[in-house]
Amino acid sequence: MLKKTTSNSTKAKTPKAETLKKKSSAKKAASKIVELESNLERKTIIMQGNEAVAYGALDAGVNFFAGYPITPSTEVAEILSAELPKRGGVFIQMEDEIASICAIVGASLAGAKSLTATSGPGFSLMQEGIGFAKITETPCVVVNVQRMGPSTGMPTSPAQGDIMQSRWGSHGDSPAIVLYPDSVKESYELTIRAVNLAEKYRTCVILLMDEVIGHMRESVRLPDMANVRVINRIKPTVPPHWYKHYDENQKYLSPLASFGEGYRFHVTGLTHDAHGFPTNKAGEAGEMMDRLRKKITYNIRDLVQIESHQMDDAKIAIFAAGITARSAKAAIAMARHEGIKVGLLRPLTIWPFPDDAVRKMLRDVDTVIVPELNQGQLIHEIRRLTKDKSESDVLSIRKVNGDLITPNEILRKIKEVI
Amino acid sequence: MKMEKSYEIRLSGSGGQGLILGGIILARAAVLDNHKVTQTQSYGPESRGGYSRADVIISDRDIFFPEATNFNCLLALTQEACDKYLFDLRDTGILIIDTTFVKNLALAADNTYELPFTEIAQSELGSAISTNVLSVAFLTKITGIVSDASLAASIALSVKPSFVDLNIKAMKLGFKLAENYGR
Repeated sequence: MLKKTTSNSTKAKTPKAETLKKKSSAKKAASKIVELESNLERKTIIMQGNEAVAYGALDAGVNFFAGYPITPSTEVAEILSAELPKRGGVFIQMEDEIASICAIVGASLAGAKSLTATSGPGFSLMQEGIGFAKITETPCVVVNVQRMGPSTGMPTSPAQGDIMQSRWGSHGDSPAIVLYPDSVKESYELTIRAVNLAEKYRTCVILLMDEVIGHMRESVRLPDMANVRVINRIKPTVPPHWYKHYDENQKYLSPLASFGEGYRFHVTGLTHDAHGFPTNKAGEAGEMMDRLRKKITYNIRDLVQIESHQMDDAKIAIFAAGITARSAKAAIAMARHEGIKVGLLRPLTIWPFPDDAVRKMLRDVDTVIVPELNQGQLIHEIRRLTKDKSESDVLSIRKVNGDLITPNEILRKIKEVI
Repeated sequence: MKMEKSYEIRLSGSGGQGLILGGIILARAAVLDNHKVTQTQSYGPESRGGYSRADVIISDRDIFFPEATNFNCLLALTQEACDKYLFDLRDTGILIIDTTFVKNLALAADNTYELPFTEIAQSELGSAISTNVLSVAFLTKITGIVSDASLAASIALSVKPSFVDLNIKAMKLGFKLAENYGR
């Protein structure tokens, strides 16, 4: 009886569903034209950092978002909840952040480009899932719009407290790719880059944002879609019975089949062999760990991006990321006005750390100032690379009260050292 | 208006007064006038009450630091906000206060404009809800920082369709108050 009802209702639904589909595809075409005129013509408009992340995700081809809304990242989920269904994508509000990260990993294994957005408390919950994405080499992107303080902290205040967590938060010693924008436009660009790198390197890429940039509105002109470079994962070309889910090759980039395409593979968080089946053999385990590391270290030139601002003749360098780099640029403008030679080195890729650029900076300048909105995190990386300099040459400016480091505070520090 | 240097505006008061929307409207109007803009805000977790401020920086050059530190213009809709931010107004800066709530002025600034914006919105427009647009329109007329047409266009783009008429009315009233101020 039950069966009959089911089959009846399916039959009844089918034609209706078809017409609906037709209708929606007609609608979709119309809305795309509207979009082409209003959105893709892309005039200069005012846009929030979080909005830029959402539109960057859409332009990069993200078609699956699972998340749990949290200040100061909520706008990303809000916009994607409206936009993804219109474009045939999927938006799911999950019960929590653990489920969210698991959902985006699962969706990616089924072939979707997936992304989630969160803030500190959610980012902590996601750490295990991030490790799972890394060991299973599943492309996905986690956006973390940082808030101030441990636990719930100050939801609407900025801080840069998750710099080390984004690198070391997940257990088991796995490498990380973490990008860090300093403007609304760059939030858009680095979201696309994060999705691209996730697809290319088959890993979980983290986009670290400052609350101020997530909530800030700026005049911005996004590039026309024709100029947006989108990378898709490499698909296997071998027959299914030859396929290895984790294939070794020189560049440490291997093709990725999706579930349901006829390729047989196993996915587990346990240490696994090339087909994905669990293994305890030292050789295979070592190979797997090596691959996770080498796909980052062998491609460091592709991964690392830095901005060098007025560094040519600088005697003092400021090393800062995100919003703090903008305070630094304002301070540099004021200092240069008084004839002080100071420049800025800014990492757009914060992990892997730009060791070479920092070493060059340490050779070229007398003093490095590291302003950051935490109790001192980036400065340890600078000190790690400091060999022949006394400690006093690397100076820290720290602030953890919910306010930004102002240009004047950096200028004062600059004047202390000259 | 040709921008020589960046122009920093802080809109301050308490949560629920619509200051962040006011900031967005002002920022969007400046974009329509082809300026570079940043708009930032700071507010507590409450949706009503608590502190709230919106900063708008308008410039023709790249804006590095996005928060206003040395204001060209300060709008204060509460006593607390006025007390907190008054001393960061530059000497030549313009101070606009809502005398419905601001009763004490700790510093006599040269260019001070005092009007009971909330009371005016209540009596002339029927609700205090438009105080933000009323006072921002007053501000733009006094400072000349964005064009009237851009402000109107920005309002139409920034508020829900059913509230456009009310806010345009509030804007026009704000312009009128500015034109007649001190007469």
